[in-house]
Amino acid sequence: MSWGFLRDLLSGVNKYSTGIGRIWIAIVFIFRLLVYVVAAENVWKYEHDEFECNTKQPGCENVCFDHFFPVSQIRLWALQLITVSTPSLLVVFHVAYRENREKRHKQKLYRSTGKIDGGLLCTYLISLILKTGFEIVFLVLFYKLYNGFEVPRLVQCDMRPCPNAVDCYISKPTEKMIFLYFLVATSGVCIVLNVSELSYLIFKYSIKCYMKTSSKKQHSSKSDCH
Amino acid sequence: MDWGALQTILGGVNKHSTSIGKIWLTVLFIFRIMILVVAAERVWGDEQDDFICNTLQPGCKNVCYDHFFPISHIRLWALQLIFVSTPALLVAMHVAYRRHEKKRQFRKGDQKCEYKDIEEIRAQRFRIEGSLWWTYTSSIFFRLIFEAVFMYAFYFMYDGFRMPRLMKCNSWPCPNTVDCFVSRPTEKTVFTIFMIAVSSICIMLNVAELCYLLVKFFLKRSRKAGNPKHHPNHETKEETKQNEMNELISDSCQNTVTGFS
Repeated sequence: MSWGFLRDLLSGVNKYSTGIGRIWIAIVFIFRLLVYVVAAENVWKYEHDEFECNTKQPGCENVCFDHFFPVSQIRLWALQLITVSTPSLLVVFHVAYRENREKRHKQKLYRSTGKIDGGLLCTYLISLILKTGFEIVFLVLFYKLYNGFEVPRLVQCDMRPCPNAVDCYISKPTEKMIFLYFLVATSGVCIVLNVSELSYLIFKYSIKCYMKTSSKKQHSSKSDCH
Repeated sequence: MDWGALQTILGGVNKHSTSIGKIWLTVLFIFRIMILVVAAERVWGDEQDDFICNTLQPGCKNVCYDHFFPISHIRLWALQLIFVSTPALLVAMHVAYRRHEKKRQFRKGDQKCEYKDIEEIRAQRFRIEGSLWWTYTSSIFFRLIFEAVFMYAFYFMYDGFRMPRLMKCNSWPCPNTVDCFVSRPTEKTVFTIFMIAVSSICIMLNVAELCYLLVKFFLKRSRKAGNPKHHPNHETKEETKQNEMNELISDSCQNTVTGFS
């Protein structure tokens, strides 16, 4: 069980996505998942070992590290990736439910089980709203937990058992900051894509609905005339 | 999920590339990605642990390391490889879009559609002409830009491509100026020069491919202008020869572009 599982999951979702949805999946795969696995993970690999405080007091470093990093940024990043990819499963489940129904009733109930219309459209829209919501929640969480996206070189710690205020130095702060900004940028791009896809689908199906109702009205007014 | 996933995605693009494009992909996979994974990552593996400063002052090593290496070589290469590979996806998306249109035509029962079944559409290799030519050329152009930007960023951040043995650091909290020693400087210099050399080869291949596409485009246009009765469905001798060459060199890899076919 590893990131390959998420990749296979998202590949399955790709079949039932719109064009913008596919671009979103490509961005998540390449600029978020791949960058996380091949680059970002290694930057945070020895963060605890390399976190150094200007004291010989045993336990001080541990306590200070725990105070400043309640949840490591890299773990938060991983959780964000998983949480943001999961709403797409709703669409996969709905399509599977449709296919199951057709099998049970042994007849064609839908024009195409994978086509985004009717109930599947609602599911798709809900998944888009959830994805956007989760992205925003995690960005806000990052911002609140770490007071912005900057990583300072030095933090001052006065937790027990540290004697007085002690200087603690974070390892590779500039590199971590660069990757955090990269994370924020890609999250932002994904939010924009989700919002565009949402608007596009709502617009498309509103027009479709409007055309249907206006053609029905025309049809019924013609039959009234006869 | 790792470089193998990128290889799967780009493998699908290989079918629709020119011969130079295929050589570029081979150089990318073998001399850049593979070298990065099997060798370079090990060389830089202990970079901070073995970065030693001549001081007992806690925090001085961390601060000096951060000052001299704002972003590690290995991470910069990984990002460079990802960015340089991404424009090929534009081509993959365009091909997928064309396939989708042909499938739609086929399903509608359009008589203009010359395919016998869906499998033929899936396996078909599109020629680089029309809008696909523009997409392909733009992707090469973006590749060139990304390569150049990353090479410049490298040169700018590390003052050249040499890794010094000793760096003098006087950032706070280091007391005065302190000598800091980089681990494996010669090995790192060798790999840096190797990666830069291969990047340069890739840039030259991209430039060659761009020139080839432009020359081919202008030749075709001048031929069309010179021969207005030329029937678009008849291939010229050169085009037939090029197609045969492409078929011979063509990768028989059955990998499809992940999610784009």
